[in-house]
Amino acid sequence: MALILNEEQIMLQDAARNYLRESAPVSHLRQLRDQGSIEGFSRELWRDMADMGWTAILVPEEFGGLAYGYTGLGIVLEECGRTLAPSPLLATALTGVTALTLAGSKQQQAELLPAVAAGSHLLALACDESARHRPAQVASTAESVDQGYLLQGSKTAVVDGHIADTLIVNARTSGGISLFLVPADSAGVTIERYPVLDTHAAARVIFDSVKLPAGSLLGELDEGQDLLDRVLDAARTGAAAEMLGIAQEAFARTVDYLKQRKQFGVPIGSFQALQHRAAHLYAEIELCKSVVLKALQTLDEDPLDAAEAASLAKAKLCETAHLATTEAIQMHGGIGMTDDFDIGFFLKRCKILEHLYGDRYFHQDRFARLQGY
Amino acid sequence: MKELESFRKETRAWLEANCPESMRHPYGSEADACWGGRNWTFQSKDQRTWLERMSAKGWTVPAWPPEYGGGGLNSRQVKVLKQELARIHARPPLESFGVSMLGPALLKFGSEELKKQHLPPIARGEIRWAQGYSEPNAGSDLASLQARAEDHGDHYLLNGSKVWTSYGDLGDWMFCLVRTGFEAKKHEGISFVLFDMSTPGLSTRPIKLISGKSPFTETLFENVRVEKNQVVGQVNQGWTIAKYLLTHEREMIGDSSQLRAGSIPISQAAIRALGTDNGILADSLLRPDIAQLEMDARCFQLTVERARDEVKAGVSLGAASSMFKYYGTELNKRRYELLMSINGSDSLIWEGDAGRDGYLPKSWLRTKGNSIEGGTSEIQLNIIAKHILGLPG
Ligand SMILES: Cc1cc2nc3c(=O)[nH]c(=O)nc-3n(C[C@H](O)[C@H](O)[C@H](O)COP(=O)(O)OP(=O)(O)OC[C@H]3O[C@@H](n4cnc5c(N)ncnc54)[C@H](O)[C@@H]3O)c2cc1C
Repeated sequence: MALILNEEQIMLQDAARNYLRESAPVSHLRQLRDQGSIEGFSRELWRDMADMGWTAILVPEEFGGLAYGYTGLGIVLEECGRTLAPSPLLATALTGVTALTLAGSKQQQAELLPAVAAGSHLLALACDESARHRPAQVASTAESVDQGYLLQGSKTAVVDGHIADTLIVNARTSGGISLFLVPADSAGVTIERYPVLDTHAAARVIFDSVKLPAGSLLGELDEGQDLLDRVLDAARTGAAAEMLGIAQEAFARTVDYLKQRKQFGVPIGSFQALQHRAAHLYAEIELCKSVVLKALQTLDEDPLDAAEAASLAKAKLCETAHLATTEAIQMHGGIGMTDDFDIGFFLKRCKILEHLYGDRYFHQDRFARLQGY
Repeated sequence: MKELESFRKETRAWLEANCPESMRHPYGSEADACWGGRNWTFQSKDQRTWLERMSAKGWTVPAWPPEYGGGGLNSRQVKVLKQELARIHARPPLESFGVSMLGPALLKFGSEELKKQHLPPIARGEIRWAQGYSEPNAGSDLASLQARAEDHGDHYLLNGSKVWTSYGDLGDWMFCLVRTGFEAKKHEGISFVLFDMSTPGLSTRPIKLISGKSPFTETLFENVRVEKNQVVGQVNQGWTIAKYLLTHEREMIGDSSQLRAGSIPISQAAIRALGTDNGILADSLLRPDIAQLEMDARCFQLTVERARDEVKAGVSLGAASSMFKYYGTELNKRRYELLMSINGSDSLIWEGDAGRDGYLPKSWLRTKGNSIEGGTSEIQLNIIAKHILGLPG
């Protein structure tokens, strides 16, 4: 598989870039924040995304989807990263759909996927129980009871938990870990929205003796850990794609500024101290482009073997997008610290994504383990 | 696709039959590399056999046209050949500046006569080339070079000196930048010329390096005769060729600082030296740095692949070779720093077989030159800043 986009993918990239530049530039996010948006995204924008088919990219054709693959969705997420367009694409269209297509029964798929593809149903993966991502440490339980399960426990940092219609939850069952589809309005589910630093929100979710029918089990009983890892690896790759957009945009804005801003009678971009840091960052971003594309292609071509590429991509993007956004602030000087100026939004969104589904330390460790050390 | 698969099959079978067993291991010391040339003494019969068999197939330069000693393979076939060589950990049959530097420049800028004269002996490993670029006062600022070639009708007489000539004492021929235009601006009076290093008036003086070896020389010219038919391209327009060659040199240096054919990944070296405990390296201090290096190296390798795929799709690499040179060499320095740490005090042993005759510390010292030779890291960053990012001078 050549590490380049094909013509169709390039067309999708252009279309996404043009649409987002028009309809969801950074000022769109700023406006949501200034309005005190509770949901953290615009339903109107989301409808447009659904109309363009973005919500259906991963959905199989038999359920009204496009079955266009991760590379396609990754391209769109990268463009969303460039303009910081907030939407449930990552949580619903990528993470949620991955879980349903990998493990959903025909009935579960038929019930949920068409609505997801149409943009009318939102999903959220509720897997973290501690502030640091440790997906194998699970205290929540789902006890087998008469014709179903009894779910008990709590989750934190649930992306889009405050807007989801269905939650995907991992819990301990008699012989292992299992995943469940939990309607957000089930009796006993409490969802506490909390704002996070980039004007998005997340949620803590408490499950207090939630009764689940037998049909809510996603995949095989007790076999949920491997499934969760695969879902997470897709989610990590999606997050890395978004960070690639953030890194490139923050860098492009910085390089522009280096050419415009004058001090000592010359553009600051003529100072070699800044040139070399910019050139180094350029090199790191080139590496990022390769590793994200590789991880997306691996999800499409070789999905059973995607763990290493996903960790590699997430770790590298955590490192480089962080560097790009922090250098962006520094090289803009004082104006970079002002709220009126957009560059700070990139730093904030990047920090959220750095923490999401494992930071660079988590993935560095996982990468080493996968190599046998 | 099918053709490629049958090419793979044939290649695999041919390599199985023709690559001597002793050539299927990583280099154990510098002496294991085969450089060829008039004065070469083969280290073993296998080393000679391997070179002869590969060059007879044109596979020392698989992508060159057959009429110049190449294999005439397309880029997909070259990739397959490389994969198959790596599969059996085969050593390169030939290390050569002729192959990696002069060849591409001659193929692009050389006359038919020069190509016919010089390329086949390069492919066969019969003539070893040295690079005469740097001078005592022209390093990073290469275009300020002063070696003077004066016009004497059908030939030039060359006076001046070059420095840091890698293997200058073992070279048979030199490709050299000389000043032929004395009034012109510094970039416009340079010619790219070729001459036999046994020409009277040429002498070399060894320069000993920190790695102990002395494969470097100062190269002195006193009325050295250079034939006019050995000018590559146009007189006074050598700078374009010089830069083109440098992009190849940089790719080669960036590339070869990646895993050499047959060498083992650093994690394997670490596991061997330090052991594991429940699948985790038994040294929690070094582990993060090793993982980070391996991740960066993997991302870099993917970028090399992506660039090749882009070139195939018609996008030119251009100034990006500076990025590969910069990143690849800095990675290699990090790799050797870590190898030194992994091997602890054993890495300090300079002589004797237990320390494999100091191969590690000598290699470590040698890597310090990676970010200097072929244009320093700082120069590569300057090029990226100006020519890729468009930052002001
Ligand atoms: C192992 C090795 C093999 C070599 N083999 C050959 C060979 O075969 N043939 C050949 O012709 N040459 C060869 N060279 C020479 C090599 O190309 C030069 O050493 C190199 O170009 C640097 O030139 P210099 O040594 O004069 O250093 P200088 O140019 O004096 O540089 C000294 C320091 O100043 C920095 N510097 C210089 N200019 C700038 C600038 N504009 N901005 C920022 N920093 C700057 C450099 O980066 C460096 O850190 C070899 C060198 C080495 C180390």
